[in-house]
Amino acid sequence: MPPLIAIENLHHSFADGWDALNGVTLRIDAGEYTALIGPNGSGKTTLAKHLNGLLKPTSGQVLVNGTDTREASVSALARLVGYCFQNPDHQIFCASVREELAFGPTALDLSPGEVTERVEAELAAFGLAGLRERPPAVLPPGLRRRVALASVLTTRPRLLILDEPGVGLDAREQADVFARIAAYNEAGNAVLLISHDMGAVSRYSRRCLLMAAGQLVADGPPNRILCDAGALADAGMQPPTMSRLSLATSDLGLPPLMLSPEEYGRALLRLREERS
Amino acid sequence: MDRIVLVENLNYSYPPLVPGDPVVDALQGISLTVRRGETLAVMGPSGAGKSTLCLALCAVVPHSTGGVFGGRVTICGQDTRTTTPAHLSACVGVVFQDPESQLFSATVEDEVAFGLESQGMLRDDMRQRVDWALGLVGMSDHRLRSPVVLSGGQKQRIAIAAAIATRPDLLILDEPTASLDPAGALEVVQALEGLRHETDCAQVVVTQDAELAAALADRVLLLDGGRVTHDLPAHEALRSPGLLTEHALFPPPLAVLNAYLQARSLPVDWRTVDEAVAGVRRLLGAEGTCRRS
Ligand SMILES: Nc1ncnc2c1ncn2[C@@H]1O[C@H](COP(=O)(O)OP(=O)(O)OP(=O)(O)O)[C@@H](O)[C@H]1O
Ligand SMILES: Nc1ncnc2c1ncn2[C@@H]1O[C@H](COP(=O)(O)OP(=O)(O)O)[C@@H](O)[C@H]1O
Ligand SMILES: [Mg+2]
Ligand SMILES: [Mg+2]
Repeated sequence: MPPLIAIENLHHSFADGWDALNGVTLRIDAGEYTALIGPNGSGKTTLAKHLNGLLKPTSGQVLVNGTDTREASVSALARLVGYCFQNPDHQIFCASVREELAFGPTALDLSPGEVTERVEAELAAFGLAGLRERPPAVLPPGLRRRVALASVLTTRPRLLILDEPGVGLDAREQADVFARIAAYNEAGNAVLLISHDMGAVSRYSRRCLLMAAGQLVADGPPNRILCDAGALADAGMQPPTMSRLSLATSDLGLPPLMLSPEEYGRALLRLREERS
Repeated sequence: MDRIVLVENLNYSYPPLVPGDPVVDALQGISLTVRRGETLAVMGPSGAGKSTLCLALCAVVPHSTGGVFGGRVTICGQDTRTTTPAHLSACVGVVFQDPESQLFSATVEDEVAFGLESQGMLRDDMRQRVDWALGLVGMSDHRLRSPVVLSGGQKQRIAIAAAIATRPDLLILDEPTASLDPAGALEVVQALEGLRHETDCAQVVVTQDAELAAALADRVLLLDGGRVTHDLPAHEALRSPGLLTEHALFPPPLAVLNAYLQARSLPVDWRTVDEAVAGVRRLLGAEGTCRRS
């Protein structure tokens, strides 16, 4: 079986001459939960748009399930890779929430019964059932974000790409959305989470990619990447609060790389007891 | 005119979105002041009315939205019922929640110069001001590019640069760092703090990010269901994980750590990483062996 995603020395230059990707090589396997972090303009969205064929390589290649995206049809790619836009308004265009969610699976030629089943499942999962017939464009930002996400999930992609899914959501809504994503991942599907929210990255992902100036500069477990002050600084990133605390107290015998405050507190109390 | 923002018993309902819908009471009985040199963070769950409040402070509500407006909003001495958003823009800079919706110029530099031009600034001064604003948000290299091709976070940076370029008396920022990388968010915090010291402007910042609020704000206004539930000094609001969680906000990590240790009878109250590092060393009997964070 070929890997789900295999990218080889990918370059992308936009029409205005801007070089956004400068040699990306990356493999993503089925069932991963990978985070992609990096400064504004480092090329995260540009990379993501190559995975579902929205953008095509200037040079290098992108293979999805073994097929070059330059040769694959839009619908064949859509079965495998679902991309949820950074700005949900770029993706919402139907007259009702129900039609929005039905659009993807209908385009995949599923039976009407199957389409309805998926639409109803996601409406329920995202708490949107009461808004079925509403025009999505007039919903508040948090609900538009959920409609956009639900309408990608109804295509049941093997790789779900989320570009900043937490933006515009409050903490409760984020918890709900991330729970739905985690369940989708546990069912065996891969997730690529693009985010500036290091809390979400450390809570949910199992692999973390760091991007800078159109290149991948680090790849490893999230707590290791988020506590790698040198790599983060080189990339123009700022380590999160807990990783700064964890690093600055790592010489005291506390376990390294703790990003959760509760975990840190627990370890601190345990060590204090041992010492007294 | 020390009170840049004066809101007195503001009630506002949007007109129904779809005919037949009930009206939405977005703001109910809001009263607040923001003084010159003061920064107010506005926080609360989705739908609490934060963005509507921002729109009311720049007179977009009710001028462009219609609806039912009661009470009074006075900005820089002008009653918003009788002044227009365009007129207010001479003293108010705004970054809307969706910054993309406010970018319309052909180049980044034109976008940032727009407000200056309408104030009739001289070309050379304007050029300097644009350089300064773009530098503050780390976008100097993108001067001649078209805003539409920029990344999400770059667009947000341009919207911020355009809002601060005029050095307004009042800055209204609706989730200005939502799409920024962590270092970019820090740059914006520093830019806003710098501006406040230089110009003594008032700032109203909507944010979900408690660490950002802690870094910027003197006071925190908590909204829920269109009403003010709390108007507190920032350090008090941000020290109460329970209060923040109730308002669907993530408490800052150090507040969670403090609460965890306090619940286990360690009376700690660390506000910065440096304080926490020193405190942890003390607790483990390792003072004096200090390493920098
Ligand atoms: N259509 C386009 N035409 C020209 N340049 C573009 C286009 N889209 C993106 N770029 C440029 O490519 C670079 C990478 O953009 P991209 O959107 O991939 O960044 P990103 O890492 O997703 O950033 P953010 O964190 O702000 O979302 C940026 O410099 C951007 O200005
Ligand atoms: N243009 C609009 N028309 C009708 N209702 C609106 C409009 N904008 C916001 N609302 C409603 O007003 C309330 C407050 O929304 P908003 O100010 O956007 O909240 P917040 O910014 O705190 O998430 C919500 O119930 C929202 O659905
Ligand atoms: Mg992006
Ligand atoms: Mg809002």
